[in-house]
Amino acid sequence: MHPWLAFLCFFRLLFGRKLPAEAAKFLPEDVQPKQLPAKVAEPSAKPVDKIAERPADKPVEKKVPIGQHHREGALALLALLQREGRFVDFVRDSVDGASDADIGAAAREVHRGCRKVLDQHLSFEPVMPGAEEEKVTVPKGFDPAEVRLIGEAKGEPPFRGTLRHHGWRVVDAKLPQLAEGIDRSVIAPAEVELSA
Amino acid sequence: MRILGIDLGTTNSAIAVSGTDEPAHPVGVTQVVGPGETAERPTLPSFLLLPTENEVTPPQLQLPWSGPLRYCVGTFARERGAELPHRLVSSAKSWLCNPSIDRTAQVLPFRGAQRELEAEMANGERVSPVNASARYLAHLRAAWDDANPDEPADEQEVLVTVPASFDPVARELTVVAAREAGFEKITLLEEPQAAFYAYLAARGEQWRKDLKPGDVVLVCDIGGGTTDFSLIEVADEAGSLSLERIAVGDHILLGGDNMDLALSAIVQRDLDKQLDALQQRALVHACRRAKELLLSDDAPATVPVSILSRGSKLIGGTIKAGVKREQAEALLVDGFFPVVGAEAKAERRRSAGLREMGLPYAHDPAVTRHLAEFIGRFGRMPTAVLFNGGVMKAHKLRTRIVELLRTWTGNDVKVLAGADLDLAVALGAAHYGSVRRGKGIRIRGGTARAYYIGIESAMPAIPGFAPPVKALCVAPQGLEEGSTVELPDDELGLVIGETSTFRFFAAATRKEDAAGALVDADEEGIVELDPVEKLVAADGERKPGDLVPVRLEAHVTEVGTLELWCVARDGQGRWKLEYSVRERE
Repeated sequence: MHPWLAFLCFFRLLFGRKLPAEAAKFLPEDVQPKQLPAKVAEPSAKPVDKIAERPADKPVEKKVPIGQHHREGALALLALLQREGRFVDFVRDSVDGASDADIGAAAREVHRGCRKVLDQHLSFEPVMPGAEEEKVTVPKGFDPAEVRLIGEAKGEPPFRGTLRHHGWRVVDAKLPQLAEGIDRSVIAPAEVELSA
Repeated sequence: MRILGIDLGTTNSAIAVSGTDEPAHPVGVTQVVGPGETAERPTLPSFLLLPTENEVTPPQLQLPWSGPLRYCVGTFARERGAELPHRLVSSAKSWLCNPSIDRTAQVLPFRGAQRELEAEMANGERVSPVNASARYLAHLRAAWDDANPDEPADEQEVLVTVPASFDPVARELTVVAAREAGFEKITLLEEPQAAFYAYLAARGEQWRKDLKPGDVVLVCDIGGGTTDFSLIEVADEAGSLSLERIAVGDHILLGGDNMDLALSAIVQRDLDKQLDALQQRALVHACRRAKELLLSDDAPATVPVSILSRGSKLIGGTIKAGVKREQAEALLVDGFFPVVGAEAKAERRRSAGLREMGLPYAHDPAVTRHLAEFIGRFGRMPTAVLFNGGVMKAHKLRTRIVELLRTWTGNDVKVLAGADLDLAVALGAAHYGSVRRGKGIRIRGGTARAYYIGIESAMPAIPGFAPPVKALCVAPQGLEEGSTVELPDDELGLVIGETSTFRFFAAATRKEDAAGALVDADEEGIVELDPVEKLVAADGERKPGDLVPVRLEAHVTEVGTLELWCVARDGQGRWKLEYSVRERE
């Protein structure tokens, strides 16, 4: 799958739009969140060819340049984090010379707001069940995109190792739908309080 | 046909659905949540924002099923409305039952005594309480239709809940609002009953083990803006259990919002910095979250609260505060839910001279005094309690109420496990729809009050004395939906070509008054409502000034509204009396 198509799909899923027609061909039959051990990943049968096979008369959305969707989605997510959790203000602010207490006081609210954005729109689950720092087995047929091996893997799986990070998988993404024709580059408008 | 239960709330509205073999479940509502952003939320905040194009542009308010809009309801209306309070309509439902304004006139956002807003309001749109309610309902309808294009909402069975305390006018206006929203036919259901149906739906047949004949269940519903009490009695009827709603309380404008405001005022007192209006609002929100934590079972000693600076620089500008558990307990538990005796009554301050017009907020913030007065008035002691409304999520508040009920009654009081406190009313309404189709037990109740028409006594005029007014009972308490009462002949008449106006009264505690009973209008328990009136135009037969002798008929519709009819004694015509919605002293 083309990287641009992957991005497009990701943000369209996030922001509740329909998937582009060409992406439907890449959807796995089983859309349930996968649990380890994962199925043996079937090498996708030359996706590039599949796009080429697309009948020419099939309607393709062409209104907005492809990169635009990606950009719009990213900006909308940023606007959401800024609006609810002042994310951009916080990260853009300098912490050099500020006391931990001052950073902490601001972080408390930023955390609450950003957490609210995540809770409202996305649900997560660990990719790998089990407690971190415990011994785990990476099963035969695991997906290297789901489990990142650190150090040398000798021979064939299963592998034994220590779970350092359980990973995160987004199992449900319901970000706001975006109305067309709105400039998303203003992620926070200027605020002017009118004098009485 | 499926069943839609709609909770048209003072601060939040919700919708639930049920059907054949489909238990009631809530439905999310797609709404504007940010400029140009729509998303589904579990409830629809009952706020209407009417901005000018300089404040919010119409494309920012469009919905998936609409073009650009000039108004907005729901989450974004509430959030952006905090910055534009003069454009924000809130608590429309409380205005719907407020007789001090004309409820069909465009009076919202309410200006009150803020004359300086007059000029600012001049270019802004205003709506009536009925229209604001209609827009919430219309939004729920459109959101449903968008998600279920094959099952449009107005082709389903629709139940809309109203406070048990709503008078006939407010009920009628709710039906008008629903019609304005495109729901031709709805049925009304009292909110505390809906909450009880949600309990019945959640418990299944288990409820027959929870309750026994003789039990009296208090439904204690404390939401963001209002407090509503009802009593439901369990009886044994030929071997099986029956349920009857035996009492409803007054409309009390007191709720969680008052508590959050009070707590934030205390926290603000301890701050060394001035907060601007928006920071104050952030503080109120923070206090709401702190409240739930501090009143939970294992509450921390302090909940830290941060108020961010308004500018883009956050670090160093954040205001730090803490809400202490003792503070919260002293204020919320002992202030709003003080320990009082069973004989306590809510305080009613005499209004001194001119009072600013607006919503008639409760003077006494003590919920427990209102509760004691309610229970004392009906003389029936609850043996069980069912909580509803967001405020009742706080464990310590539930505990306080249960302790008081135990003290007052001298007996144990069982706490019924309710459904989701925010969604129970919508769920219960959807469940009630299936009950009406014969699935499950129905709560009997009928009209919560008895209704009376005022009749001036015929007696010689005495200077300085208004002739005493008698109240003629036209609809006794407990009149079931679909029933009609014909009154015996009385010396009543309509004057042709003039608006005949009748004074109209209600009483919640006079079960003994039968239809046709004539009592003094100033007797205990009788309160005056808006008058009812009718203009009968002259026709070929009747000339202006003619007096047509009539008798009265009261009819409780299947919808749940009360209709009063004048029937000409000669059989030549019948006229429905209209509720007056004009403003009244």
